[in-house]
Amino acid sequence: MLDFTSEQLERYSRHILLQDVGVEGQEKLLEGKVLIVGAGGLGCPIGLYLAAAGVGTIGIVDCDTVDISNLQRQIAHYTADIGRAKVESAKEKMLAINPGVTVRTYQEYLSAENIRAIIRDYDFVVDGTDNFPTKFLVNDACGMEGIPFSHGGILRFDGQTMTVLPGESACYRCVFREPPPPDAVPTCSQAGVLGAIAGMLGTIQAAEALKFLTGAGSLLTDTLLTFNAKNMDFRKIRLTRQKDCPLCGENPTISELSDNVRPACGLQEKSVRQACDAGH
Amino acid sequence: MSDAIKPDAVKDCRKVGCPMNLVYAKVELAKLQSGQVLEILLDDGAPIGNVPGSVTREGHRIIEQKRLADGAWSLLIEKK
Repeated sequence: MLDFTSEQLERYSRHILLQDVGVEGQEKLLEGKVLIVGAGGLGCPIGLYLAAAGVGTIGIVDCDTVDISNLQRQIAHYTADIGRAKVESAKEKMLAINPGVTVRTYQEYLSAENIRAIIRDYDFVVDGTDNFPTKFLVNDACGMEGIPFSHGGILRFDGQTMTVLPGESACYRCVFREPPPPDAVPTCSQAGVLGAIAGMLGTIQAAEALKFLTGAGSLLTDTLLTFNAKNMDFRKIRLTRQKDCPLCGENPTISELSDNVRPACGLQEKSVRQACDAGH
Repeated sequence: MSDAIKPDAVKDCRKVGCPMNLVYAKVELAKLQSGQVLEILLDDGAPIGNVPGSVTREGHRIIEQKRLADGAWSLLIEKK
């Protein structure tokens, strides 16, 4: 058993008081390792809450830099951070909340080449990306590595999230077979997004990560949670694993990862590549 | 009868307010095995009013609650 300092006991007292978390649950959080993919609208609240909760090791991946148009919803980034690497900006705020956690930054674009090596060291992955190809890449890589993850996406007034335990519960490809054709679904930069729903969905994903690590409650597995903030309608859609899923079905056809064209919010593929290659 | 009960651990939470007294109780209970007994010393008022109910709700058993000479309380808790 870990020896908590009196400062830690005070810091984490509201977790320790919870019957479903308690001393043992807080120890699991301190020993836990979570990777956040994206330091944007979702990644910011996820990172802040996981750091506040005392998740011992938090990785955060994003190749982008802070732009003034991000500040309406990406709450770990401040006006003075414009131009800074998002991972560095987020890390600074996470450590300001809780210097007791370790934050590892990856200022790179997740690709078929690097994703498996990066996620392998983590207990849980949280997808806070802004494009379909990367969401499929995260799903496929987590499936192959057997790492549980939370999928999340937001657009306009809508949010959706599901939690996947590879080999046990329905995966993203059980529900959505392939990325939609480019331009079939607009990006946030084209269609807009209500800033606060990034917090609504990101904190649901953070709660799933904390529940996974502590074992508290039941996860959003085999369930797609969707909401529309315009009417504040929440909906849970039951899912089941699909025998013909190309990733986790009986005869999987996906045996290796591939990169697809990925339109990122506000950036064309080419400029994303250039930005990342240049190390911005 | 109560003289026969020897606690396996003792935690003095006098001058410790709510809810940190409960946090300390939970930390000490986490170190014990099922069936072992924790003696926790609590101030009169809110502490003795709150802690017994909270540990009972978590499934532990209050074996004894007695007033001390200084007006504080001794609570014997058997771990679930």
